[in-house]
Amino acid sequence: MSNQEVKDYLDKAYAPGFITDIESEAFLPGLSEDVVRAISAKKNEPEFLLKFRLQAYRHWLTMKEPTWAYVRYPSVNFNDIIYYSAPKKKVGPKNLSEVDPELLRTYEKLGIPLREQEMLAGVAVDAVFDSVSVATTFKEKLADAGVIFGSFSEAVHNHPELIERYLGTVVPYTDNFYAALNSAVFSDGSFCFIPKGVRCPMELSTYFRINAAKTGQFERTLIVAEESSYVSYLEGCTAPMRDENQLHAAVVELVALDNAQIKYSTVQNWYPGDKNGRGGIYNFVTKRGDCRGHRSKISWTQIETGSAITWKYPSVILRGDHSVGEFYSVALTNNYQQADTGTKMIHIGKNTTSTIVSKGISAGHGQNCYRGLVKVLKSAENAKNYTQCDSLLLGSECAAHTFPYIEVKNSTASIGHEAATSKISDDQLFYCLQRGMNQEDAINMIVNGFCKQVFKELPMEFAVEAQKLMAVSLEGVVG
Amino acid sequence: MLNIENLHASVDGKSILKGLNLNIKPGEIHAIMGPNGAGKSTLANVLSGRDGYEVTQGSINFKGQSLLDMNIDIRAREGLFLAFQYPVEIPGVSNMSFLKAAMNAKRRHREQTEMDAMDFLSLIKTKAKQLQLNEEMLYRAVNEGFSGGEKKRNEVLQMLMLEPCLSILDETDSGLDIDALQIVAQGVNSLRANNRSFLVITHYQRLLNYIVPDYVHVLADGKIIKSGNKELALELEESGYVGVGS
Repeated sequence: MSNQEVKDYLDKAYAPGFITDIESEAFLPGLSEDVVRAISAKKNEPEFLLKFRLQAYRHWLTMKEPTWAYVRYPSVNFNDIIYYSAPKKKVGPKNLSEVDPELLRTYEKLGIPLREQEMLAGVAVDAVFDSVSVATTFKEKLADAGVIFGSFSEAVHNHPELIERYLGTVVPYTDNFYAALNSAVFSDGSFCFIPKGVRCPMELSTYFRINAAKTGQFERTLIVAEESSYVSYLEGCTAPMRDENQLHAAVVELVALDNAQIKYSTVQNWYPGDKNGRGGIYNFVTKRGDCRGHRSKISWTQIETGSAITWKYPSVILRGDHSVGEFYSVALTNNYQQADTGTKMIHIGKNTTSTIVSKGISAGHGQNCYRGLVKVLKSAENAKNYTQCDSLLLGSECAAHTFPYIEVKNSTASIGHEAATSKISDDQLFYCLQRGMNQEDAINMIVNGFCKQVFKELPMEFAVEAQKLMAVSLEGVVG
Repeated sequence: MLNIENLHASVDGKSILKGLNLNIKPGEIHAIMGPNGAGKSTLANVLSGRDGYEVTQGSINFKGQSLLDMNIDIRAREGLFLAFQYPVEIPGVSNMSFLKAAMNAKRRHREQTEMDAMDFLSLIKTKAKQLQLNEEMLYRAVNEGFSGGEKKRNEVLQMLMLEPCLSILDETDSGLDIDALQIVAQGVNSLRANNRSFLVITHYQRLLNYIVPDYVHVLADGKIIKSGNKELALELEESGYVGVGS
């Protein structure tokens, strides 16, 4: 798809192709076994899925909210949450003049086209849809290649056997408190299946998954790459996302079979709260990839600039021999944002390799914490890991913390760890200013340089957007 | 171009410049020489506006405006350029994009449009060649892993690109071998024009064989104690700073 086509598509509103038609209603707040059953019934789910949800729910009841992360927030009352609400016909703003000017200013800085701004801001657009839309072309191309890509709910009905085979096999519902909760009540998400030997002909973006706007706070994503297949998946977008749900607990599972490769890139820009730390999303995500096959490879690249609290450790289980896991991360915390993020690399197979590059940036009163585990099991002969985590501090009220855990049970392993914390130096700033740049541009340039190792892992268009996003996120920071 | 009157400046409460006077007209090259601790680098830092240098007395007029009332970046955009004694490394930022940002900041200040990418590329390549800088260096991170000589030539590259009206060279010759010195000097000379001025700060007369100054000043203990033409530099070379001004 050419850039123009993509742009044209994005300039349109979501086409009404496969938005699941649900009646406009919501459950009362609170969670019980009846609520779980009702969610499943509403979605007309097969028996195995209801069973999965119920087991998860019963297990969740026995669990406690984790407190080990380096984040502080008032405790969440899980009975105040509405666990099912059909997409209501919102009375949106009629045009952009009714939209919060602050939000529009941000869109503008990010260079988002006008029509897309309308879509993001929820402006009711009376668009006339072409019968041969780009989205249709997009779906056809994928279908030709045999790639299945769509909403999770759709897949439950169209490919229940695949869901049953893979769901919960990477992140079992017993994994952690939020994963259990998600497994019980998940709303929707993406499903993606790349059959044997297929190289997915385009980057799969949640932009193109038409239900994306409706996936709620408990998103569930499953990506399966069969033998010798390849897929690059893009999640999120740089535009600020507002949501009335404060708690988000998503689960993402990736499965790579022999020689398969999955590249998963995320730009997370949920509402971070205001300058004084009021409001903002709590983002408690469980993301894990399973390199199930020999010579398989899973790469996570994430740019985290949003959310009041981020709790997220995209991990790779290196089960197959010669499998490769990668984690490239930029996490930025400004104002009163808190991020506890990192990765886990579990080496099980022989000759497995993992690379971790983490860049944390703290500004304002931001708290930024890298937490990573490299675990080499007895079976993992000749495992290799390289970890680099760097922190950059802007100002004196913020903080960076690093918690690397290393467990090695096989003496042939080679583990390398480098960590550095630096402040933007006065010398660097002076050098830029003496060349005529203003302070804001100078800080952005230095920060982008700091993140370069990670940005270069992103698909091109995303990398450019990510740079702009950093600038917007750092607005008002004085070095 | 630049008129400094009775300049007093201190660092950490310690008085360094003690009543310095200097007048530089358009098109002139002035050299400032002097022993260590005389205040040479302090002068360069005060002129460019670096934090930590406090002006306690005196005035500086730059192109008809009070220089001390301008921020660092405004001074730069108005055409004041400092070639650093110790150029700073900026990891992850390519030399090319750094210079482009600097160029465009200056152009915006003059209400000019941003430079066309192709024009910029061909210009920077020409200038790099002039300084015998490997093209590959344009794509490397700013000063990262550069040798001492490369860093200094990179400073001159920036100077040639930005075409400042007042260039201050702070010991640009230190750490350069004779070949590199000639290349640097040739670069500076190519920028000479009757609307541009230079302030060359150096320890040694050597550089002044290649960048021939109109005036030479001897700075000692925060004051200019003697001024003369280029012959003064040769004199200093023979008799040392001790013999001057007594």
